[in-house]
Amino acid sequence: MAFNMRKDKNPMPCQEPNVRNKNFLEVATGYTEEMAIDEAKRCLNCKNKPCVDKCPVHINIPAFIAKVAEGDFEGAFQIIYQSSSLPAVCGRVCPQESQCEGKCTRNIQRGNPKIDSEAVGIGRLERFVADYHNSHAAAASEKPATNGHKVAIIGSGPAGLSCAGDLVKLGYEITIFEALHLAGGVLVYGIPEFRLPKTIVQKEVDNLVAQGVKVETNVVIGKTITIDELMDEMGFEAVFIGSGAGLPKFMGIPGENYKGVFSANEILTRTNLMKAYKEDSRTPIFHGHKVAVVGGGNVAMDACRVAKRLGAEEVYIIYRRGLEELPARKEEVEHAMEEGIIFKTLTNPTAILGDEQGNVRAITVVDMELGEPDEAGRRRPIVKEGSEHEMEMDCVIMSLGTNPNPLIKSTTEGLDTNKHGCIIADENGATSRPGVFAGGDAVTGAATVILAMGAGKTGAASIDAYIKAKAQ
Amino acid sequence: MNKIVKKVNLNPTVTLFDIEAPFIAKKAQPGQFIIVRATEDGERIPLTVAGYDREAGTVRIIFQIVGGSTMVLNTLNEGDYVHDFVGPLGRPTEIEGLKKVCVVGGGVGCAIAYPIAKELADRGCEVHSIIGFRNKDLVILEKEFAECSKEFRLMSDDGSAGTKGVVTNALQELIDAGNVYDEVITIGPLIMMKFVVKLTKQYNIKTTVSMNPIMIDGTGMCGGCRLTVGGKTKFACVDGPDFDGFEVDFDEAMARGRQYAEFEQKERDRFCNLYKQEVK
Repeated sequence: MAFNMRKDKNPMPCQEPNVRNKNFLEVATGYTEEMAIDEAKRCLNCKNKPCVDKCPVHINIPAFIAKVAEGDFEGAFQIIYQSSSLPAVCGRVCPQESQCEGKCTRNIQRGNPKIDSEAVGIGRLERFVADYHNSHAAAASEKPATNGHKVAIIGSGPAGLSCAGDLVKLGYEITIFEALHLAGGVLVYGIPEFRLPKTIVQKEVDNLVAQGVKVETNVVIGKTITIDELMDEMGFEAVFIGSGAGLPKFMGIPGENYKGVFSANEILTRTNLMKAYKEDSRTPIFHGHKVAVVGGGNVAMDACRVAKRLGAEEVYIIYRRGLEELPARKEEVEHAMEEGIIFKTLTNPTAILGDEQGNVRAITVVDMELGEPDEAGRRRPIVKEGSEHEMEMDCVIMSLGTNPNPLIKSTTEGLDTNKHGCIIADENGATSRPGVFAGGDAVTGAATVILAMGAGKTGAASIDAYIKAKAQ
Repeated sequence: MNKIVKKVNLNPTVTLFDIEAPFIAKKAQPGQFIIVRATEDGERIPLTVAGYDREAGTVRIIFQIVGGSTMVLNTLNEGDYVHDFVGPLGRPTEIEGLKKVCVVGGGVGCAIAYPIAKELADRGCEVHSIIGFRNKDLVILEKEFAECSKEFRLMSDDGSAGTKGVVTNALQELIDAGNVYDEVITIGPLIMMKFVVKLTKQYNIKTTVSMNPIMIDGTGMCGGCRLTVGGKTKFACVDGPDFDGFEVDFDEAMARGRQYAEFEQKERDRFCNLYKQEVK
């Protein structure tokens, strides 16, 4: 088979920036079969497979890409599915540039003008394969034979779904408990429709249900039912906590409770879970004209692009470090810029100013410069003296990460947490309570979908080993 | 889906539901709240529990018809199902060890104040109750409060029920009569709670208020319900809904409560038309 030695990736077809920033339809429309085969042929099938090492769930990337190159898309899906239960999601939201694609042999000598080349579009191919499967294959209807062991999973986000997916295949009787009225966790309340259509998430949940997983919505573990009750009274032999991150952080600056100041979680939940962007929605949402989104992560990118789509004239990203330091996925930053988001980097808010009715009217900010690297190796932002100035705004969205949720910790005796309040789990996901495992943001603090998925898989393997050992 | 096993119209704008929810009924305590969605595309409505029957497995909610979503909720009847019902959320009211308490309720807030008064009385605490309404048509739970209270005062703005005046008039009178309370627990409109606190502060009587801000998930995720308490940001859903009244910034809470006033007005008009109802 001939390799395709073209240096650049097949570009992802997208809606035009000035069209898409007014609608909530998916931004990227996906490769065609021809594009996928052409892109797959860019993979050199190299011996050391650095991409596989960098994938948190170790998908056999060269093998699935080889199938794509042959035109065997369902074969490619089956290879991915051995390692990942949510490929249609991960193909869309993984930060590939710092994972698989970051170490791609095609990309590794970037900067060397002779062989400067882009990585293979692994994420785009993964998405293509998953979408192909979803639109061609019948839904999984096979129920694996049950082994009679009951496992409870708390939270139906990426960690919980992947944990459930692995355990149900092994024959466990799985019940997922979800606090909200809809399953999917951050995939439904957090990530917007234009980046991850909700029908895709629903399909993943439906697949699990078809395999026999029970999903109990409207159950808050720690409140409606405690972990002790699950294990002592309801017959669950093991529990996996994948309850996600928690309380949104605020800056602690004056004016944060004026009308028009929101957490990114609130704006995103109103928009995504409660569908406030739809004309006939019963959920109110604030339509700002000049919106400042404070923060530089993926959630900040989602929030600013939602604000733009809700009709804001000017939307700013206010970030205290530089453009290079933005923690968001590269593609999201590029998309946001194309859509007209204004990036005010090296800028930090010091106060929010209100009018007499308590509405936001402006923010005061200071300019920053980058100093010496801190312990984590990131250059520390330092305030430029005398740089304070006002920016007129009527809406401020805080996207600064989260603090852990106290609900499970406060009602589960003997479940150790660290000084930040995150649940302590070892490399196998085991907590201080026998039979209780945990993973995802509840353990690490806010991180990515794929890391949570990886933790869900680790938890599943550990639960399988724990129950088998106990049965002997 | 949870079944409505009982519906009572307490007055033209206030409705009582007993809803089948065995897990919640087993756990709920006074001061905690639930979130209900009437229909699949409805809003999540937070309501403090107004009672529970652990044996029958039912939870009581009492709600005022204030906007589109509560109007839709009120169209459901006995035997119908609410689409979603989740809880019990928030922290229970702390009533351990209290010997003499004055419970002050206003309007539909009385629905939430009553289980607290009742629980206190059941535990042998001396309960004094003051409940206030705009007029006689809006009075609820008068008999129930009277039964569990050693002293009972009914107030109305226009004098059409009980004594004409506001709840703080009655509270002042009870304090003047030499009553020394361990605590005052007050639940009602923000403006009423603000004035109750203003009065009790003068006498340094510990006062607990129950806050009911705008919220979505009710589990600490959205941050919409945040309040300033003692100069710090608190989330009503996980830190409350009860707070030390002396520490709460009521003016800010009132402003924040009006965040979506314009939208709510539109929704109200739309549903008033739809159901040919009038909201008082």
